[in-house]
Amino acid sequence: MYFNEEFETLPREALQALQLKRLKAMVARVEKNVPFYKEALAKAGVSSDSINSLTDLQRLPFTYKQDMRDSYPYNLFAVPMEDIVRIHASSGTTGKPTVVGYTKKDIETWSELMARSFVAAGVHKGDIIHNSYGYGLFTGGLGAHYGAERLGASVIPMSGGNTKKQIMIMQDFGSTVLTCTPSYSLFMAEAAKEEGIDFRDLKLRVGIFGAEPWSEEMRRDIETKLNLSAVDIYGLSEIMGPGVAIECCEAKKGLHVWEDHFIPEIINPETCEVLGEGQMGELVITTITKEGIPLIRYRTRDITSITYEPCACGRTHARIARMSGRSDDMLIIRGVNVFPSQIEAILMGVEGVEPHYVLIVERKDNLDTLEVQVEVGENIFSDEIKHLQALSAKIEKQIKEMLGVTCRVRLVEPKSITRSEGKAKRVIDNRNKA
Amino acid sequence: MHVEQISIFIENKFGRLAEVTRILGDAGVNIRTLSLADTSDFGILRLIVNDTEKARTVLKERGFTVSKTEVVAVEIPDRPGGLADILQVLDADGINVEYMYAFVERCGENAVMIFRFDETQKAIATLTGKNFNVLPGERLYSM
Repeated sequence: MYFNEEFETLPREALQALQLKRLKAMVARVEKNVPFYKEALAKAGVSSDSINSLTDLQRLPFTYKQDMRDSYPYNLFAVPMEDIVRIHASSGTTGKPTVVGYTKKDIETWSELMARSFVAAGVHKGDIIHNSYGYGLFTGGLGAHYGAERLGASVIPMSGGNTKKQIMIMQDFGSTVLTCTPSYSLFMAEAAKEEGIDFRDLKLRVGIFGAEPWSEEMRRDIETKLNLSAVDIYGLSEIMGPGVAIECCEAKKGLHVWEDHFIPEIINPETCEVLGEGQMGELVITTITKEGIPLIRYRTRDITSITYEPCACGRTHARIARMSGRSDDMLIIRGVNVFPSQIEAILMGVEGVEPHYVLIVERKDNLDTLEVQVEVGENIFSDEIKHLQALSAKIEKQIKEMLGVTCRVRLVEPKSITRSEGKAKRVIDNRNKA
Repeated sequence: MHVEQISIFIENKFGRLAEVTRILGDAGVNIRTLSLADTSDFGILRLIVNDTEKARTVLKERGFTVSKTEVVAVEIPDRPGGLADILQVLDADGINVEYMYAFVERCGENAVMIFRFDETQKAIATLTGKNFNVLPGERLYSM
């Protein structure tokens, strides 16, 4: 099932020809309208006229999050403010937020790509979409909302928080699709259980989860506890919002990037060299149709790999692997690169272990130490110390074997790890304090 | 002939043990005896109470991880070698003691020990076969 079959299944050659045409036009627009790009392109010695093939993309300069901060709020916009109909911004937890503007056409494109994403996930007209992504400056809520309306499904604009009410609405309204962060879906299932409600008795059929990295093991856990088909969605406000890429329900093997609107590249984040298929690196995206704030080779900081292999679903668009983490979230512990999602995968592979964990990194006597806190639920609890100690030793050993890092597993009481209604906080790094 | 014991996972944090006992006290649950096994990170509190189900429910409601285990209570003559005799009998039958602790009250002339075995039924058969007095749960709950 497709939303826009012609474009979703466009043969690669035609797709690439379209990309080249759109890339040239976009570069020409920013050259003319955005002083930042005019200067950056001149400095790199390229212009829209000198782009003759898609490989010429590699000659274009990168755009960094810092460039967006430096242009705060409107200096990267490529159209006059009177053409901007919507403004969103990232959370700005590490400084000024990054601001993005959308023209009417940008909103239409975004809605279509979200509608395509819904259909790829197995959603159709007639579905009741329970949208628990936050509404507001964050792109998640409104992005999913407009996509759902474009598809013609019924959307319940829940936004995040107020979990008890979320559960009541889901029960009473017969929601069939849930959109939120993966960790919040488990939090809701847990909260429901406490009220004596089993999520498996609800009508939910599809879950579209994103906005934070999660693992294959967590997918299995969610699918069991919520009794639905869970797919991963990817997006970021700088590029558009949710719906930049999505897994198809047929394969669930990588997320299709809507390549008629975005050109993805994978680079080595240190050397900036463009990597080949299957190699892990940082995802870089060029927007080729955006009017409000087109971006050239935006450094997403997200770590993934790409494949152009044909997919079971028939879509011709490239697929990126689920995110392993962010290059700026990556922990370096005694020289070893560690992503929280890798530890999560190991934990979830241990029978009975709950997906609530937190990594605490400290520096003691100039050495990094990693503590992994794991909650002890009834499934793994034993009245004998030796069994619990064997459990923590087993996890420590697996982490050592698979990641090469020595850690200490600390068993903690249920609910002692803070639950989040948005993005879960998995890492507490105390190394730079004190 | 077994006795029901509940075990509670407690992090080694200030005031946690007090909280558990307060919850039980407020619920009107009387602790008959207890043992606390601990490591540097956590402890396991094992309790025999007058109302196992109620204790489990109130603790679970407050978010504690609780499990129920079958243990065996045996009367042991209160004299030198009393405990050694019973352990010898168990050893001879290849029964492993996972852990044990003493009951607080005496039963007539005898002390009472609580045992956790890997094979509860076999242990009960061995002990009663050798004429040890294995006490039923009801007896302990109301002692």
